[in-house]
Amino acid sequence: MLFERTLRTAALVTATAVITLTSGAAFAQKKYDTGASDTEIKIGNIMPYSGPASAYGIIGKTEEAYFKMINDKGGINGRKINFVTYDDGYSPPKAVEQVRKLAESDEVIVVFNPLGTPSNSAIQKYLNAKKIPQLFVATGATKWNDPKNFPWTMGWQPSYQSEAQIYAKWLLKEKPDAKIAILYQNDDFGKDYLKGTKDGLGAKGASMIVMEESYEVSEPSIDGHIVKIKAANPDVLLIYTTPKFAAQTIKKTAELSWKPLQILTNVSISVGSVMKPAGFEAAQGVLSAAYAKDSTDPQWANDPGMKKWNEFVDKYMPGADKSDTSMVYGYGAASTLAKVLEMCGDDLTRANIMKQAASLKDFAPDTLLPGVKINTGPTDFAPIAQLQMQRFKGEKWELFGEIISGDIATE
Amino acid sequence: MSAAEEVVAEGHQAVEAVPKRAMTLGTGTSLLVLAVLLIVPVFVKNFIIFQMTMLLIYGLAVLALNILTGGSGQFSLGQSAFYAVGAYTSAVLMEYFNVNYALTIPISAVVCFGFGYLFGKPALRLSGVYLALATFALATAMPQLLKLNFLEHWTGGVQGLVVTKPDAPFGLPMSQDTWLYYFSLAVVLAIYIFSVNLLRSRSGRAFMAIRDNEIAASSMGVNVALYKTLAFGVSAGITGVAGSLGAIAVQFVAPDSYTITLAISLFLGMVVGGVGWLPGSFVGAAFIIFVPNMAEGISKGLSGAVFGVLLFAVIYLVPHGARQIAIMGQQLVGRLRKN
Repeated sequence: MLFERTLRTAALVTATAVITLTSGAAFAQKKYDTGASDTEIKIGNIMPYSGPASAYGIIGKTEEAYFKMINDKGGINGRKINFVTYDDGYSPPKAVEQVRKLAESDEVIVVFNPLGTPSNSAIQKYLNAKKIPQLFVATGATKWNDPKNFPWTMGWQPSYQSEAQIYAKWLLKEKPDAKIAILYQNDDFGKDYLKGTKDGLGAKGASMIVMEESYEVSEPSIDGHIVKIKAANPDVLLIYTTPKFAAQTIKKTAELSWKPLQILTNVSISVGSVMKPAGFEAAQGVLSAAYAKDSTDPQWANDPGMKKWNEFVDKYMPGADKSDTSMVYGYGAASTLAKVLEMCGDDLTRANIMKQAASLKDFAPDTLLPGVKINTGPTDFAPIAQLQMQRFKGEKWELFGEIISGDIATE
Repeated sequence: MSAAEEVVAEGHQAVEAVPKRAMTLGTGTSLLVLAVLLIVPVFVKNFIIFQMTMLLIYGLAVLALNILTGGSGQFSLGQSAFYAVGAYTSAVLMEYFNVNYALTIPISAVVCFGFGYLFGKPALRLSGVYLALATFALATAMPQLLKLNFLEHWTGGVQGLVVTKPDAPFGLPMSQDTWLYYFSLAVVLAIYIFSVNLLRSRSGRAFMAIRDNEIAASSMGVNVALYKTLAFGVSAGITGVAGSLGAIAVQFVAPDSYTITLAISLFLGMVVGGVGWLPGSFVGAAFIIFVPNMAEGISKGLSGAVFGVLLFAVIYLVPHGARQIAIMGQQLVGRLRKN
């Protein structure tokens, strides 16, 4: 009897010991996929450093500098970031070649923030088949939020369509009898905005939109288009253009002494490179929506987040043009990745990186507007989905209204 | 001779006369190159195989331009347009009509041949730089044409089309990349042999007669208009095949893949490889694929400038491209043998 009890106790003790040991081992066990080790995490990236979109190359340089700063501070959980970035020249076949090089030759653990809708479309199927995270892609197309079909692809910024819907809803509420003209760039970016606006306006769209005018990105000036739009006599002008054309549009409408209500895409809200060249006088009253702070806007001069950003730029990118919004963008995206890798701890597998990226809760990078937070979930692969309306007054943007969530489902 | 006539005459000499024997490699060398191309994929990674596939594909496109320029003496900066038509033909047939990828290739060839032949008709009146400019317009227009609303249903507009990569047939134990490489190699080989024979045939002699002196050719009884448009058609057809293979290898077509940059790259590949020397097409293709990567390795910010310097060095040191190096090598071997 006694013997039996002793045996039982012994068994129990042994079992407990074994459980403790194994679970302890599980805690201490480090798990790695290709591209991660005790000392290093290898991150891949492609950017258009050359070609028609080379202005965005600064995003890649900012991210490189950001990871250098992280490494100088000791890395993430003791591991240094090895950031490998290649030029794809904004050409999809080149993007495929470079991404395959990253995956098969450099053996990176994730492909982070690859830029451009065409390039990302070209590599999406390949990366998903190889189960390599295509994390925080640098494009506002709506299709990246599709965890069911592409569980290894995730966006970052608000989608163009959701932003356009916010404008459409605002117009329906504030100016229901508006006569709307839309000026858009004839590519995926412009057409996404066009679709978002039409979806947002719904059945009333047909009667409200009096004109849709498109231009090619290769045109030197769009003055002719503005004159044409004015002839249709709309009272609302939606400007879905890249920065250079946005400045031209605002300037030209003022020159024609035409004062429609102008709504400007978030892509072109830089004070330094759009509003100032257009002329502050001409830009008064222009509306837009934002999710990030503008580096040239004096209202953030004492903001702790932007102070950190300024210190970073001064130290790691000396001589860079601070009015370039790409540097704010790159900083925000890179800090989101750093946060995800930190959350991964010692489990640096591709699956865990996707899992952690899909469990961001109220994360607020230094460069996002107060109140805008990054949230993701297993069925929500759109990290930033909030925007706030703003109006240009004096020499800066004034935020108004509340933060609007523009989450839209993919088709 | 008036000044205008002189300009025209000079235009004719822009492409140097290459004797047809000098257009190809000797049998021994050809077989050696083929053996290397067959064996290498067994030993390298999938990524290298993919790059070699792209090399074959771009080489084929450069070869097509070489037939047009080196063979018949006509310039084209519009090859990207034919490449795009070939790529889209395959992509649309495969994705919407479930046509087998191998069958889409001859269809692309026929479509592009027709397209090139029709474009060649009005272009007959143009020569030299004017023709180059007309084809340039074609290349600039193509990406926008692909974005047109009424074509969007088929082309996918700016978003492009995703193409499914074929598996190796008959349960062959090889990866998709390896299979596609051997498939491309077979197609390229067939077209290469066809091209060599074409240039050695009666039509080929007619092309070269036109290249060397149009007036003399026509007085010898060569139908100049027919052969010039034919050269355009053949060149476009081969470029279309390259486009089809490219679409299958990259698994994606979009207007941004086929911009004027591609046309200029192909032109550059032809010059670097040696105008009129068919094997040089593949050397030229290697240049346009690998040299930008090397330039990027040297300096990221100045990759364009480094590429320019390398290109300048090639043009300055070996103005006739890879052909010149091959000839020099041949002479060296000959001299060694004599000793």
